Formats: sequence, structure tokens, C-alpha cells
Amino acid sequence: MTETSTLEKAAAANVSRRRFFGIAGMMAGAGLLVSATGCKKSDDPGLDVGGGDNGILNYAYILEQLEAAFYIQVVATPYDGMSVQELGIFTQIRDHEIAHREFFKNLLANAALAAIEVDFSKIFFKKRTSVLDTAISFEDLGVSAYNGVGHLIKNVDYLSAASKIVSVEARHAATLRDIKASGTFAAQDVINSVTGLDTQRSPQEVLAIAQQFIKTKLNSLNLPS
Amino acid sequence: MNFSNILSAIAEVDPEVFERTSARRPIIRKWMKGAALTAIPLALGGLFNKAYGKKTDAISDILNFALTLEYLERDFYQLALNASIGSPAANDPLIPPGLDQQAIIEIGGHELKHVRFLIQTLTSMGVTPISKPTFDFTANNTFPNIFSDYPTFLAVAQVFEDTGVRAYKGAMPLLVGNSLLTTALQIHSTEGRHAAHIRTTRRDTPSNLNTGTITPWVVGVQTNISGSIGVSSYIGEDNTLQNNIQITGINGLQITEDAATASFDEPLDATSVTAIIAPFIVP
Repeated sequence: MTETSTLEKAAAANVSRRRFFGIAGMMAGAGLLVSATGCKKSDDPGLDVGGGDNGILNYAYILEQLEAAFYIQVVATPYDGMSVQELGIFTQIRDHEIAHREFFKNLLANAALAAIEVDFSKIFFKKRTSVLDTAISFEDLGVSAYNGVGHLIKNVDYLSAASKIVSVEARHAATLRDIKASGTFAAQDVINSVTGLDTQRSPQEVLAIAQQFIKTKLNSLNLPS
Repeated sequence: MNFSNILSAIAEVDPEVFERTSARRPIIRKWMKGAALTAIPLALGGLFNKAYGKKTDAISDILNFALTLEYLERDFYQLALNASIGSPAANDPLIPPGLDQQAIIEIGGHELKHVRFLIQTLTSMGVTPISKPTFDFTANNTFPNIFSDYPTFLAVAQVFEDTGVRAYKGAMPLLVGNSLLTTALQIHSTEGRHAAHIRTTRRDTPSNLNTGTITPWVVGVQTNISGSIGVSSYIGEDNTLQNNIQITGINGLQITEDAATASFDEPLDATSVTAIIAPFIVP
């Protein structure tokens, strides 16, 4: 199953959008703030992710917030039948994503955007398949995001940081894929069958997919492309 | 050495691109046959010339270095897939049939594609791809059972994959702003997936070579391999300071040192990588 199909299916499902409130187990100071804008109008331009390297860092910050929030919930409310080994894997991945999130927050300092509000109403945290499919989607998306944005980064130190993170996301993706079905760690839905290259996506493509899980409306018009 | 088994195995996985050819012969010769295969590198070459000009030498050096690593990995997996164990010369494959074998076929197939892709890219830049070295995977008898003992093969595979990840990462700053950077990143994350899978396979394949808790990611400088195998491939992986930001306990959160080191993979410079692979190359 491709990540797109998973996400599109999730998007297509006519699930009533219930608000996703605070996440159990979230650590102090790491909370996802509820967007102050509250009810949004359709002409709302959305949260401007920004331009230049800071825009790219905020873009990465948003993706890491999304992943961290997801795994915090996964670990707080494990799906039915989660093995000890799987819980260990999810817990470690959670901590990696929190580390990434806080890293970008600190790197951006005053330039960090307000925390996003996530929308996990389409995820069934008690169901193994829902959690694994979503986790795989997020990790594959993250890999494609870093792969696709690297060439737009001007500051070599930021590029270095991004490259240190993306291979860890790839390790996550492979691990979760193998948990779902052993041997699918680098299947042809992510690795090009001719070139052997992993997927890359532009920030605009990534945010269009990620937006389904983010309540805060994002505006990526100023991001480099 | 008979490569036909491996070649046909990979061809089953990837019938469209695989061409039957001896791994000992230059693989370059039949590339121009496939239109899809030629289109991308030509485009890359064009972009390259436009963007780089004088830096061609530096960039082509990086690509040729990457090609050497991919040659190493490709031959390693091809030989492993072809290896029989047992005495005398039984037909038991080194790599257990089923999921284990399929995974190595997949990984080896990717390395083969990376080799082709890099050769095409270099050729489209007007640069002569480096010749494939002669490899000695026993590393001058350091690993006499490399192709007869599955856990030894897996341990060395882990070292190669993790080193590959670090090597590509080390080249990234040299490619900043370059369209080839994207290609390098795309190979790099593929190697990261390979590394995670090999590590998981090691975790699930009990052996007295396994030490500590084997995770899909690199924790500190742990090799998870008994003895000194691979030690130099993990030097520096215990770094917890990223862009002058301390990751351990960041912002008062319970991020352990293990999590801090595992959440960031570290780069390795070409000199260190060369020193690591040198024992496997016949001078």
C-alpha cells in the first residue's frame, strides 16, 4: 500500500471531524497549543510557514511536531495486541521525534512559529493497522520531505542537520514497514524500481498531504521551490 | 565464480531493467538501450553543467567515490547470494531462503541500480566512471567465513550499510545547492532503510556475534558486534550536540543520551570511509 493511498483513503473516509484535544502523556512544555484562530473561514490565508531557510526550518518543525504528537498518542494508548517489542520501538521513535521537534524549535529560537494543532480524528489508535499505516505514511512522507527540500537549503549547517535526521526517519520507515510486513522496508512504492532512489517531494506536495492531519491551516506560498 | 543464480534471482524481482551480464565485466556497455534509463542522467548532466562548471572535478570525485562504495556493496551481496555452505560444498545457501533471501536480493538489486545510475550520471557529465576494484571480502583473511557464516555476513553488511549512510552524509555539504544533492539524498535514505533492515535481521538472528540490544538505529558508538569489528565505523556517533544545541534532556524533556545519539546519524569524511573499506579492496 502506498502512503498516498493510505492517506487518500483516510481523507476520503467520511469521518466526523471531532476535535483532537490535548494528548495524554504529553510532556510539560512540549504541548501543542490550540490555534488561537479557532474557527477558520475559507478565505483564511492560513499560517504563513515563511520563506528562505527559516521557512524551511519551520516546515521541518511542523512535520516533526506532527510526528511527535502522533507517537506520543500511540505510546499513551497502545493499540490492541501491541507487543513489548513493538512498544519499545514506538517509544524510541517517539523520543527521536520529540528530540527533532525540540531541536528545530531551539534552532529557530525567536523565528519559530507557534505550535500547530493536529487533527488525528481519522486515526484509530486502538487498531494496529490504522496506527501502522499512519506511522508508515508519516515516516515515508518525512523522508520524502527532507529529500526534496535539501537542495533548497542555503545554510550548509542546516543542510547537515537535515541530512542527519533524514536517515533516522528512513530507519523508522523501514522498521515500521517490516513490522507491518517483513521485507517491505524498501518496497517499490517508495524506492524507484529503475534507479533505486528513494522518494522526494516538494514542500508544497508534502504539506498538501500533511494538512489532512493538521488543524492549523498552513500557507506554504513563500517557501522556496 | 558463477553469478548466474543471483542474476536470475534479481531479474525475477526486476525483469525490466536487469540485463544478464557477468558482474566481472563492465556493466556500462548496454546502458543506452533503455530510454528511461538514459533520460534522467542526461537531464542531470545538463543541470550539472549549468550549475557547476568549474567544480566538475570535485563533484565527479564524489560520484566516483560513491560508485566505489556501491560496487563494494553490490559485489558483496551478489557473492553472498551465490554462496553455498555446508561440507563438502553442499547446496545450502548462505542466506536462508524465504524472507531473508528476498531482502538481500532487494538490497543487492538497489545497489546494482545505484551503480548503474552513478555510472550513467558520470558519463552524462563527460566523466569516465571509475573502474570496479577487485574486492576481497575476507579482508585478507580477517573474515575467512564471510560467505559461509550467516551472522558474520550480516555483521559486515550492517557495517557496510551504516558506513554508506555516513559516507553519503559526509558528502552532502559539498553538494549544497546542487541538483545532484537530491539524488545523493535519495540514495542516502535508501541505504538508511537497508541498514535498519539488516539490523533488525541481526536482532532476530541469534548469534554469539550479537552484543547488547540491537536496534534499527545507531545508539552511541555501539557496534552490537562482538570484538573490534566495525568499531571505526561508529566513531563519533555518540555526538549529542547538534548545531550547538544539546539534545540530551533538551528543554527539560526526558530525552536520554541514547535517544539523543540515535535521533541523529553522524556524517563521516571520505578519508575515514576510505580507511574503513580499504581492507576489502585488493591493492
